[in-house]
Amino acid sequence: MFYLIQILNAVQYGLLLFLLASGLTLIFGIMGVINLAHGSFYMIGAYLAYWLAKLTGNLWFAIPIGVVMTLGIGGLLETTIIRRLYQRDHLYQVLATFGLILIFEELRSILFGNDVHGVAIPAALNYSIPLTDTLSYPVYRLFVTGVCLVTAALLYWVIYKTRVGMMIRAGNSNREMAASLGVNVPLLFTWVFAAGTALAGFAGAVAAPISSVFPGMGNQILIICFVVVVIGGIGSINGAMIASLAIGLADTLGKVIAAEYSAIAVYLVMALILLWRPQGIANKA
Amino acid sequence: MSSETILELRGLCKTFGGLAAVDDVSLEVKRGALHAIIGPNGAGKTTLINLLSGDLRASSGTIFYCGHDITQLTPEKRSRMGVGRSYQKTNVFLGFTALENCRLAAQSRAPRPLHWWRDAMSDDAQIEKARGALIAAESIERADEIASTLSHGEQRQLEIAMCLATDPELLLLDEPLAGMAAEESQRMIALIARLAATHAVLLVEHDMDAVFQLANVLTVMVNGKVLATGAPDEIRANREVQNAYLGAADTLP
Amino acid sequence: MTLIILPRSLLLIALLLLALFPLTGSTFYIQLGAKILIMAIFALSLDLLVGHTGLVSFGHAAYFGLAAYALALVSPKYEAANVWLTLPLAIGIAAFAALVIGFFVLRTTGVYFIMVTLAFAQMLYSIFHDTQLGGGSDGIYIYVRPELAIAGFKPLDLESPLQFYYFVLILLILVHGLLKRILHAPFGRALAGIRLNEQRMRSIGFPVFGYKLGAFVIAGALAGLAGYLAACQFGFVNPDILAWQQSGTVLMMVILGGMGRLHGAVLGALAYVLLQEFLSAPAITGEFAKHWQLPMGSLIVVIALVFPRGIGGIFDVALRRYSYRTPSANLVSRE
Repeated sequence: MFYLIQILNAVQYGLLLFLLASGLTLIFGIMGVINLAHGSFYMIGAYLAYWLAKLTGNLWFAIPIGVVMTLGIGGLLETTIIRRLYQRDHLYQVLATFGLILIFEELRSILFGNDVHGVAIPAALNYSIPLTDTLSYPVYRLFVTGVCLVTAALLYWVIYKTRVGMMIRAGNSNREMAASLGVNVPLLFTWVFAAGTALAGFAGAVAAPISSVFPGMGNQILIICFVVVVIGGIGSINGAMIASLAIGLADTLGKVIAAEYSAIAVYLVMALILLWRPQGIANKA
Repeated sequence: MSSETILELRGLCKTFGGLAAVDDVSLEVKRGALHAIIGPNGAGKTTLINLLSGDLRASSGTIFYCGHDITQLTPEKRSRMGVGRSYQKTNVFLGFTALENCRLAAQSRAPRPLHWWRDAMSDDAQIEKARGALIAAESIERADEIASTLSHGEQRQLEIAMCLATDPELLLLDEPLAGMAAEESQRMIALIARLAATHAVLLVEHDMDAVFQLANVLTVMVNGKVLATGAPDEIRANREVQNAYLGAADTLP
Repeated sequence: MTLIILPRSLLLIALLLLALFPLTGSTFYIQLGAKILIMAIFALSLDLLVGHTGLVSFGHAAYFGLAAYALALVSPKYEAANVWLTLPLAIGIAAFAALVIGFFVLRTTGVYFIMVTLAFAQMLYSIFHDTQLGGGSDGIYIYVRPELAIAGFKPLDLESPLQFYYFVLILLILVHGLLKRILHAPFGRALAGIRLNEQRMRSIGFPVFGYKLGAFVIAGALAGLAGYLAACQFGFVNPDILAWQQSGTVLMMVILGGMGRLHGAVLGALAYVLLQEFLSAPAITGEFAKHWQLPMGSLIVVIALVFPRGIGGIFDVALRRYSYRTPSANLVSRE
């Protein structure tokens, strides 16, 4: 039973990572931009959820509104700054988005201060399912897992089964050809970027009651996301899914085996993959 | 000039996804040969060169160089064994002078005492070797120009010069005449003919005039497979080759 | 990338300024100066990777921090350690870490490389932050600076801010000279070739992995030197010294100053530290001084978008030297 709880935790964490990593890997795969500030959107989503929940007293409202706002912020960022980075060397993309992280962190500090804030779990979900006499599992975590699964399924559906998804994949492989087929590539890119950031924000918002909101929360998880993308291969949604779950498992197992050193488990997995298949799981050599 | 085999391919294959770009190719290149590979676009010629230089890994089959199996070797190892390669799309160091391009190529063969301490330009032997390569490739007047300022033809010559600075025994030339004007082409053809006197040459080219002028062995590739190999006259007379590639007999030079 | 050598007169003037500067000012400015010089060494080490070899490492703080921790862990609590023993040890540890990590990360290229260098640095950060190895998130104090003593003779007393400054200055000059030497040497020319066209370097017979690893280790060792000095100066080491912000900051310095020019890294360090002091001084920015990262971040974004060649680039324009037009071979000096 104890292991069931660990596995549930691992899956929940893995799916959350997937939402973040899928946005990151798509943005990189399609637009060729490495965006360090992706983690900041996780933070933005979380803080918006916290603030709106405090304002309206209702997390059910706060999350969707927060996500829409994140979408808007992401779209704005793309049209002003990100689109100037598409053809640039990765070095300048790293630099510019690093600057953005600093800006976002300071804005957070100015608006919300530097304290850790809890976010209340909605009353409807605030109980646990008993598994044994002594062990029970919080329903909210199951809710998060469920929501992430649904979102992931939606993402797969959009990418593989819709016209929009086809345009995205076309833009991924050949921008000029897509443009000559009538796809409005700049607009598409704006939407893809905004959607990616909205996914990150959504992940942050639903995770907020579990992790609380705190300074630097976005950057911590961003680096793990990078590990996911490296393992899964850039541009690959499937790879991101496999890698996210693998990392979720590694992290949870790590915590069980050696609490202090658990953080290293994730990087060890990455190191092993680097030895075996440096181009990522899903990509061909 | 001995006629021993310097390069041998046995059943070489390269597949991408389901597509076989190079399909069961076997051939031999002898020392003293100027061996040209011709074929329509998409025949797999450049893929073949990439497999030989090591820029691509073979899916199956073997490559023997001077009797050694080099199929699994990295490009740098093959280069050190004596395989030199020039690229179809000019692949020189655009930010360096022509001389520096060749000096760097020569450096790869240099012994390495104080490799991180002494001034690179103080090695006169290396610079002489670089100048020698430039002279052999007829690029010496442009030695001190930045490569990006050279004309297309001069850059193609620099490509070859860089190769020569590494003392190769076998030259893999991937469409050396690509994009050249008539006069530049003639110069390049004369250069290749001269080089063939001292190196084994494997040449991929589309320019049929040049090919029949230069080569003493021809291999025709179609759809990744070898259709025929032989002396130019044989190939010219070969019915299959005519149908598959050369079209009507009157298009032949 | 080419090597631009500033007219010798400018270099000598700069050197003179650096040497004479501390005789004028207060302890505060001397210490600030030492901090700038330490950051300059750090930036120079990264410039070797980024500007000259084309390897964008976003985890360079790992070696900076490891050397700092090495000193902190090895220093006796209330006595001075010996520089002649601890400095080589710290540099050695940093270099070894670079060797091991480099072996893994250099199997990747491009964006993957950026991400895995960040990840490995973060791994080290996690080790020092989560475990008690280095005092956890509280860090370790170094109460007494190491001393430069041989059999009782001390050429410089490192506890004195002025003498510490000159110690760092001498090391900076040595590092700068060493790098210049390396870059003019065959090894450095090979690195330049790798930066321009790695595939071609392979194709003409260079074992590229070995060269990249060599550059990675040298850069790690020099970053370790800077980290050791930083630990000396601040007397305190905590996990933040390995954090990604530190890696980003030093990368910023390299780009700010203009890459591929050794003096660019020094300029970048100077500009960044001065800017940070300026923006975070309450006397100047008032209430928002503690939010100095906001204007700093904005400046970084602007520079990345608009001025890719950094301060050094502006210098070039002013002196009418356009790097892409000058034959690099001719710039390699024969002295």
